[in-house]
Amino acid sequence: MKSFFAFVRKEFYHILRDRRTLLILFGMPVVQIILFGYAVTNEFKGADIGVWDQSKDALSTELITRLEASGHFSLAYTYQSRDQVERAFQDAEIKMAVIIPADFGATYYSGRTADIQLITDGTNPNTANTLVNYASAIVQGFQREQTDNRPLPFQISVDSRMVYNPELLSVFMFVPGVMTLILMLVSAMMTSLTIAREKELGTMELLLVSPLSPMTIILGKVTPYILLSLINTVIILAVSYFVFKVPIVGSLWLLLGLSLVFILMALALGILISTRTTTQQSAMMISLIMLMMPTMLLSGFIFPIESMPVILQYLSNIIPAKYFIIMLKDVMLKGSALTFIWNEMVVLLGMTVFFLLLSWKNFSIRLGG
Amino acid sequence: MNSIQVNGISKAYGKVQAVQDIHLDIQSGELFGLIGPDGAGKTTLFRILATLLLADAGDATVAGWDVVRDFRQIRRHLGYMPGRFSLYQDLTVEENLRFFATIFGTSIEENYDLIKDIYQQIEPFRKRRAGQLSGGMKQKLALSCALIHAPRVLFLDEPTTGVDAVSRQEFWEMLQRLKAKNITILVSTPYMDEAQLCDRIGLIRQGRILSVAPPDELTAAYPHPLFEVGAQNRYQLLQDLREYSPTRSVFPFGEFLHLSTRHPVDPMDIREFLAARQHREVVVRPTEATVEDCFMNL
Repeated sequence: MKSFFAFVRKEFYHILRDRRTLLILFGMPVVQIILFGYAVTNEFKGADIGVWDQSKDALSTELITRLEASGHFSLAYTYQSRDQVERAFQDAEIKMAVIIPADFGATYYSGRTADIQLITDGTNPNTANTLVNYASAIVQGFQREQTDNRPLPFQISVDSRMVYNPELLSVFMFVPGVMTLILMLVSAMMTSLTIAREKELGTMELLLVSPLSPMTIILGKVTPYILLSLINTVIILAVSYFVFKVPIVGSLWLLLGLSLVFILMALALGILISTRTTTQQSAMMISLIMLMMPTMLLSGFIFPIESMPVILQYLSNIIPAKYFIIMLKDVMLKGSALTFIWNEMVVLLGMTVFFLLLSWKNFSIRLGG
Repeated sequence: MNSIQVNGISKAYGKVQAVQDIHLDIQSGELFGLIGPDGAGKTTLFRILATLLLADAGDATVAGWDVVRDFRQIRRHLGYMPGRFSLYQDLTVEENLRFFATIFGTSIEENYDLIKDIYQQIEPFRKRRAGQLSGGMKQKLALSCALIHAPRVLFLDEPTTGVDAVSRQEFWEMLQRLKAKNITILVSTPYMDEAQLCDRIGLIRQGRILSVAPPDELTAAYPHPLFEVGAQNRYQLLQDLREYSPTRSVFPFGEFLHLSTRHPVDPMDIREFLAARQHREVVVRPTEATVEDCFMNL
């Protein structure tokens, strides 16, 4: 027990005396969450649009005013021909073009279908989609108001409402993702780096030729990082709550408990990586490729799992981050209790135990090779 | 009692045979030197004996324990100083020493007597980070850390490589004092002059032990006439002596060349040969063989 505490103290010396480690540990979480919160966003305010209004009647003018009044769009150009519209896209003057055919108002009031065309730049599909969605919603609202004046006998009106995130704020989506990413980084990458460092500097040789058991070495390595990861969790939650006003509807303790399970899982992965590598550089590369990439791409953090190819959907089932993000969202935004998320919890706990056993078994009591 | 016993140890890395069929018997309290050039297999042998590597064949015991089966006991009673400086550079001198004392279940105070001679020299710098120590001080700290748990057997893998001459000499004096405390010491070195300070030495080359004997016996058994030869132009001297018909071997040794011949020759004969080739300030005198001569002879 005494040697365990000596080991933990030594680890803290390493962490606290290395400015780079400290920066990664505490600088990165804050920077990342602020970056994602402010810069990387799917919301649009005042996106430049161009209009080719061939009708120029009262109805078309009002529609354009309504688009602008939403705040999402700002009318930058008006065009007189399709060629001009085409050139505008090539010069990247606008993000979306609205084309209103001749006799728009007349067609509408005569009871036939009046078309308008929305053109967006498909080279950036995310932006294009979002803009079309915004515009369609505005047009539909506009239409509803118009028909209210002249009620039609058969009318289906779609009234959609996004629950839990009514304004579709993207920061709500990013906080759980960023938290997952950072815990993965701090726990898995930093642990694999610190063990690889002992190998690189030759001190692992001395640790092995001592009465320390593999268990003591692993626990001694991991304990400081459990603590630091928990501190990080609290920092991220605090920043998102106070700076971005992300609500924490569910129990804070449940949230911390969840994070602890995920941290343990990530630490086990970190140890597993370090048993397979001998240099810090390779530990870093493996961490980034094997852990970071799947966590970013396959966990549902950036791309929705439902819209992935089937094979990737199956693959996403073995990504621990997926379950963590689902549970985080449930607890943070919906206020779910443990009883609602126990499915995911069991899977994550199972993975944690599996990786812990695997890394313990793989930890060599001798030098590799 | 034999403190270290090695029976037919072999180990290969892929196709490279690192050590092959090594046999050694090292007595309790002996200072045994493993002498050989880089890549001879010294470090591999150390790691096998330190329970860090598994041998492909053969078995070995350290302090009576089998290096495979009883690795836990060996790790408790072995002091090991790897070839590369392997302490925590970002920890201070004192923190390093305290850490190693604690993980061996002891304290600096408990075994202070054993390391006093060595540690006192670096104690004024105990608050300094290990990474900022000089080579000689690092080596003293590493030795202190290896000794802090009062080991029965001490393994030192090239402890004096990269250390200045004065520190080297001090280091060997410390080893003599440790030997007096009945600690078995296995030390490796590429420096032939240090071999003379061991009780017995084993010459190792290309993974094989070539001979084991006390240094005096080894040098006394040198079978060829040996001369120390010097002249103004040393390079030309080496070239010319290679063409001298009785020459067996000739190689630089300090500021002179060591020339061994196939049969006894008169130093006058060598001098005449060199005078004929326009060498000036020629010195030729018979000399005693050193460990290096024996090593080159093998």
